[in-house]
Amino acid sequence: MSLQPIQDPGLPTHVHRKADTDPKAAKRAEQQVALLFLTSALGTILFIFSYVGIPQDQLIFLPILGTTNSHQLFLGLGLAISLFFIGMGAVHWAKTLMPDHEVVDVRREQRSKDEDRAAFVATIKEQGATAGLGRRTLIKRTLGLSLGLAGLSPLLLLRDCSAELPGDELGQTNWRAGTRLLTDPGDRPIKPGDLEVGAVAQVLPLLPAGRKRTLNDIAKDALLLIRIRPEEFNLDAERLSWTYQGIIAFSKICSHMGCAVALYEQSTKHLLCPCHQSTFDVTRAAKVIFGPAARSLPQLPISVDSEGYLVASAPFNEAVGPSYWERDSE
Amino acid sequence: MARLSGYRDHRFFRPVLLALGLFLAGALFTAGKAAAESMESKALVISADKATLIKEGKEIFARGCSSCHGLNAEGAGAAPSLIGVGSASVDFQVGTGRMPMADMSQQAVRKPPVYDEYETAALAEYVASLAPGPKALTNEEIAWERDGNAASGGTLFRNNCAMCHNLAGQGGALTRGKYAPTLMGVEARHIYEAMITGPQAMPVFGDKVITPAEKLDIIKWIKEVESEPSLGGATLGRVGPVTEGLLAWTLGLGALIGVAVWLTSKAR
Repeated sequence: MSLQPIQDPGLPTHVHRKADTDPKAAKRAEQQVALLFLTSALGTILFIFSYVGIPQDQLIFLPILGTTNSHQLFLGLGLAISLFFIGMGAVHWAKTLMPDHEVVDVRREQRSKDEDRAAFVATIKEQGATAGLGRRTLIKRTLGLSLGLAGLSPLLLLRDCSAELPGDELGQTNWRAGTRLLTDPGDRPIKPGDLEVGAVAQVLPLLPAGRKRTLNDIAKDALLLIRIRPEEFNLDAERLSWTYQGIIAFSKICSHMGCAVALYEQSTKHLLCPCHQSTFDVTRAAKVIFGPAARSLPQLPISVDSEGYLVASAPFNEAVGPSYWERDSE
Repeated sequence: MARLSGYRDHRFFRPVLLALGLFLAGALFTAGKAAAESMESKALVISADKATLIKEGKEIFARGCSSCHGLNAEGAGAAPSLIGVGSASVDFQVGTGRMPMADMSQQAVRKPPVYDEYETAALAEYVASLAPGPKALTNEEIAWERDGNAASGGTLFRNNCAMCHNLAGQGGALTRGKYAPTLMGVEARHIYEAMITGPQAMPVFGDKVITPAEKLDIIKWIKEVESEPSLGGATLGRVGPVTEGLLAWTLGLGALIGVAVWLTSKAR
C-alpha cells in the first residue's frame, strides 16, 4: 500500500448562529449582554456601598464559611462581580452578535525586498563617510575607549551584588567550651536537676556581655536538650562522655535541609523532622533511622560548671545544618 | 415523580446536582464536627476525705485497671508501671477518656470519659498514694484567665509545642500512626497536666524548663486561638497549606477550567 498525501480538507462550512438568522434570537442575545453589564454595575455599587456603608469590624455568619468580616467580604465580592461580568458580557457579545466569519490571512514572506536592503546599506555607508569616522582617527579611538570603559562599570557593580563570602562562618556557632545553656525563651540557666527523665528543653547559648542575639545566631545555635535514663544510651565511650547524667544535647537544625528538628517522641526516643520526616534515634547519638537526612544531628558535648549549671564542654565538632560545598560531608 | 425525572435531561441538571452534593457533604461534615467538639466534662465538688478516696480508688483500680497495669500498679508488658506517675497523670489520662484504652493501638485516643469526676479523683488519689509524683490540679487552681499572658504564651508555644501540635494548636502527625492531638476544646487543667507528666509520646516540660507562670501563658494563648473568630471566613482546619492548596486546586482551578471551556465554546 503506497502512502497517499493527506488532502487539504479546506475550511469547515460556516454554520450560522441563531442570532444571525433569527432577529428575535439576536434581540435576546442583546438583552443577555445588557443584563451581564448591568450585573457588573450592581457589583460596583455593592463595592462602593461596602466601602462607605459597612463598618470595618462588622461580622456576619455564613453557612460553611462561618463567621467572617462582612466589610471585607462584600468589598471583594463587589469587585469580583464588577470585573468578572464586564468580561463575561464582552465575551458573550462577541460570541453571539459580533461578526463571526472565518477570515483567511495568508502568511507573507518575512524577508525585505532586495532593493530595500541595498538602499539601507547604501544609507549607512554614506552616513559613515559624512561623519568622517574613517578620517578622524583620534575621535574614533577615544570613542572606543570611552565606550569600553563605560561597559566596565556594570561589571564592577555586579561584583558587589554578592555579599562578602562567608568564610568559615558556616562551620562556627556561638557554642564554646564553658558556654552556659539557657532556656529559649526565658534565658534562664539550667541545672541538671531541672530536667526530669523524659523532659526536653529548647536551648540557646549565653552570649558574651554586650552581644545581642540575632536571628542568624538562633538559626545556627538552636539546641535541643533531652533527658533519658542513662542506661538507655547506646553510645561509644567518647559520645557517652559528651552526655551528662542521661542529658544529651543535639543541634536542632536538620542535617538535611535545615528545618528545626524538634518533634521528640518520648515513648520511642525518636526525633522527627517536620519537613521531610527524617527520623533520628536519640539513644544512638541521633543516628538517621528514616528519611532523606544523610548525617546524624551534631551532638554538643555538655557538662556542668562550678556553680552546677549545664555548660558546653567543647564547641560542636562539625558544622551544624545542611550540606554546603566546602563542608566535610562524609 | 415523572415530572421530576424529566429534569434529568436539562443542561443544568448535572452542575446543579454536583453543587448540591458538595453542599450536603460540607454541611454533614460541619454538623459532625460540632457534635464531636461538644464533649466537656462537668466540674464536681469532691467532699469525701482522702482515706475514703484512696480506698475507693483502689477498688476501682482493681476492677478497671489492674488487668493491664497489674494488681499493685506495677505494670506489665506494654502497660507501664504507675508507681510515681502521680495524680496529675491519672487525672489527665482518665479525665480525657484516654484510659482505660479501648484497644491496644498505637495511641490512646481522647474519648468521653468512662469514669466520672469522683471516680477519677479516687483513682488519682490511690495512684498518688503509691509514690510521690506530679499533683493533679483543679480548674480553679489554674488562673490562666487572670494570670496568663497570651503574647508570651505564643512565643513559648511556637518554641516548645508548635512543631508537634501545629502552629494553631490543631494537632499533627507523628511517626507510625501516632499523632499529637488537637488542643482545641481541651480543659485548661488537662493541658497543664499533660505538660508536667508527658503522656504517651509527649515529652515532659518540667517547672524549671517552662515555669508554672509560663504554663498559664501557654494555656491563655491556646484559649485565645480557640475563641478567636476567623475574619477570613472558613478556617479550613487551620492546618496550613494542605487544605488551602487542595481548595485552590479543586475549586479555584475547577472554576478557571469552567470559564475557559465556556470562553472557547462556539455560540449556537
